[in-house]
Amino acid sequence: MLIAQIVLTLFVFIALLHSAAAMVWFERRLAALLQQRFGPTRVGWQGLLQPFADVIKLMFKEELRPKAADAFLFALAPVISATCAFAAFAVVPFGGTTTLLGLLPEGIHLQVADVNVAILVVFAIASMSVYGIVLAGWSSNSKYSLLGGLRASAQMISYELSYGMALASVLLVATSAASANPVDTMSLTAIVNGQDGAWLHVIPRWFIFLQPIGFLIFLTAGIAETNRAPFDFPEAEQELVAGYHTEYSSMSFAMFFLAEYVNMVTVSAVATDLFLGGWHGPLLPESLGWIWFLLKVGALLFFYVWMRWTLPRYRYDQLMAFGWKVLLPLSVINLLVTAAGVLYFQ
Amino acid sequence: MTSAPLEQYLMLSAVLFGIGTAGVFVRRNLITILLSIEIMLNAVNLAFVAFGRMYGRADGQIIVFFVMTVAAAEAAVGLAIVISLFRHRESLNPDSFTELKW
Amino acid sequence: MFYAFATVAVVASLLVIAQRNPIYSVLLLIASFGALSGLYVLLEAPFVAVIQIIVYAGAIMVLFLFVVMLLNAPHEDTDFDERTHPLLRPGPMRLGGLLAVALVLELVWALAAGAGAGRFGIGSVTSVAAIGRMLFTDYAFAFEVTSVLILVAMVGAVVLARKEGGQ
Repeated sequence: MLIAQIVLTLFVFIALLHSAAAMVWFERRLAALLQQRFGPTRVGWQGLLQPFADVIKLMFKEELRPKAADAFLFALAPVISATCAFAAFAVVPFGGTTTLLGLLPEGIHLQVADVNVAILVVFAIASMSVYGIVLAGWSSNSKYSLLGGLRASAQMISYELSYGMALASVLLVATSAASANPVDTMSLTAIVNGQDGAWLHVIPRWFIFLQPIGFLIFLTAGIAETNRAPFDFPEAEQELVAGYHTEYSSMSFAMFFLAEYVNMVTVSAVATDLFLGGWHGPLLPESLGWIWFLLKVGALLFFYVWMRWTLPRYRYDQLMAFGWKVLLPLSVINLLVTAAGVLYFQ
Repeated sequence: MTSAPLEQYLMLSAVLFGIGTAGVFVRRNLITILLSIEIMLNAVNLAFVAFGRMYGRADGQIIVFFVMTVAAAEAAVGLAIVISLFRHRESLNPDSFTELKW
Repeated sequence: MFYAFATVAVVASLLVIAQRNPIYSVLLLIASFGALSGLYVLLEAPFVAVIQIIVYAGAIMVLFLFVVMLLNAPHEDTDFDERTHPLLRPGPMRLGGLLAVALVLELVWALAAGAGAGRFGIGSVTSVAAIGRMLFTDYAFAFEVTSVLILVAMVGAVVLARKEGGQ
C-alpha cells in the first residue's frame, strides 16, 4: 500500500503540472473564441502543443536578476508561490475509493492525505502563499514591484476573511442534519460524502442548493485570492508594468505562472468538493467518480476564464472596498442565517 | 513513533523563552524586540499544549487560542506605535527615544 | 521527529535575534513557527497547529513584514558599536545576562533531573468540535471579551498609525 500511496502522490503532482499546461491552452483558445478569433491552432492538433512550445521558449530565455536585488529572496519567492500552490492539493480528494480496475488488492482512496482538519489546512496554505508575492515584490528592489507586491498581498489577506466565513458556513451545513451523513470533523472526504444521493431522486444533494450565496462568496473570494481578473489589478499589464513579477524572467516567471494556474485549479477543486458534490454523480459507479470530478472542475475553470475575458478590471480601491464593505458583511450574514437555519431545522 | 516525554517539551519551551528574553534585551531594533516578544509567547503556547496533552484535556489548546488572539492584538498595536515613533525620529533604535517629550 | 522540529525551532529563533536584516529575522521566525506547528501536530493538537500557521505565520508575520518594508527598516542597528554595547562591557547588563543564562540552564537541569515522571498517556486527538463546545460553554466570557479586545486593538492601531493631520 505504501507503493500505491507514493505512486498516487507522484500522480497528483504530475497531473497538476499537466493541468497548468492544459489551462494555458484552454485559456488562450477560450479567450480567442470569446473575442471571435481563433487563438493558437497551428502547433499540434488544435494548438494542443502550444503550452509546451511556451515552456521551451521560457526555458531558453536568459535568467536575469537585478543587481541590487536580494539574491536569496529573489530566488526564494517563486519557490514559495509554486510550493504552496501544489501543497494545497495534498488534502483535496478527487475521487472515491478505487481499485484501478482490480489492480490493487484493496481500494485506495484518491486523496494524498486524509486529515480531519482538511479545510483549515487548505486555508492555512492559502495564507502562506501571500509570502511568495510579498517577497517577490520586495526583493526585486524596484518601485513597481514593491507596490504591486504589497497591494496583491493586502488584497489576498482581505479576501481571505470572506473565504474563511464561506468555508465556515459550508461546515455548519455539512455537520447538520441537512447532509447525507453528518460527521463532526472538517475532513473534506466527510463533507463530500455528505452530498451523496439525491432529494426526490432528481435533485442531487449538493450543498450549493443549500448555500447558494455561500457558493458565490466562495468563488468570488477564490478569484480574488488567486489574483485573477476582475481582481488582478496588482499584476495588470497596463497599470503597473506587470506588478510584482516585473523583474522576473524565464523559469522564475514560469513558476509564478504555474503557481497562479495551479491555485486556480485548487480553488476550483475545493469549491467542487464543498459545494458541487465532489465525485458523486448519477450514472457512474463510485470508483469512476473522478470523471465527474474532472467535469465539474472543468466547468468552474471555464467560469474562471470566462470571467477574466468578459469583465473589466476593478480599480484597487474599488476592489478593497468591495472586499471589506460588501463581501465580508455578506458572508457574516450568510453565516448567521445558516446557523439560524441549522438550529431551526434540527 | 514514540513521543518525547513531557520534560523535553518543557525544556524546549524554557530555551525558547530564554532566547526571546535575550532578544528583547540585546537587540537595538524596535521591530526585532517585538519579534522576540512573539518568540516568548510561542514558548508559552508550547508549554500549554504540552500540559494539555499530558492531562488529556482540551483546556491547554483553548488557552493557546486566547494567547494567540492577544498576541495578534498586541502585535498590531505595537507595530502602530513603532510606525508613529519612526515618523517622529526616523530611527528604530530604542536608544534614540530617551526623552519623555519631543 | 521531535528533535528535528525542536532543533529547527531553536536554531531559527537564535538566528532571529542574531540577524541584522529585519526581513531575514521575520522569515526565520516564520520558519520557527512552522517547526512549532509541527510540534503541535506531534502533541496531537492538529487544530492548534493549523491555527498557528493561519494566525501567526500567515497574518501576524505578514503584518510585521509590511511594516518592515514600508518603514524601509535599516539593515544594521544604528549606533551598534561593540565598544559601547552594554552587554559586552563589565557592568549590570553583563551580570544580568549571565544570571539569565544561569536561570535557563538551571531550568533545563531541573527538568532533566526529574526525567521519567512525565510520560504522556494514551491520548486521543482532541476534535475541533470538542474545543468549540468548551469555548462556548466554559470559556464563553473570555471568548466574548477577546472579541472586544480585538476591536479595541483595531481601532487603536488605526488611530495610532494615522498621520498627524487629524489632530
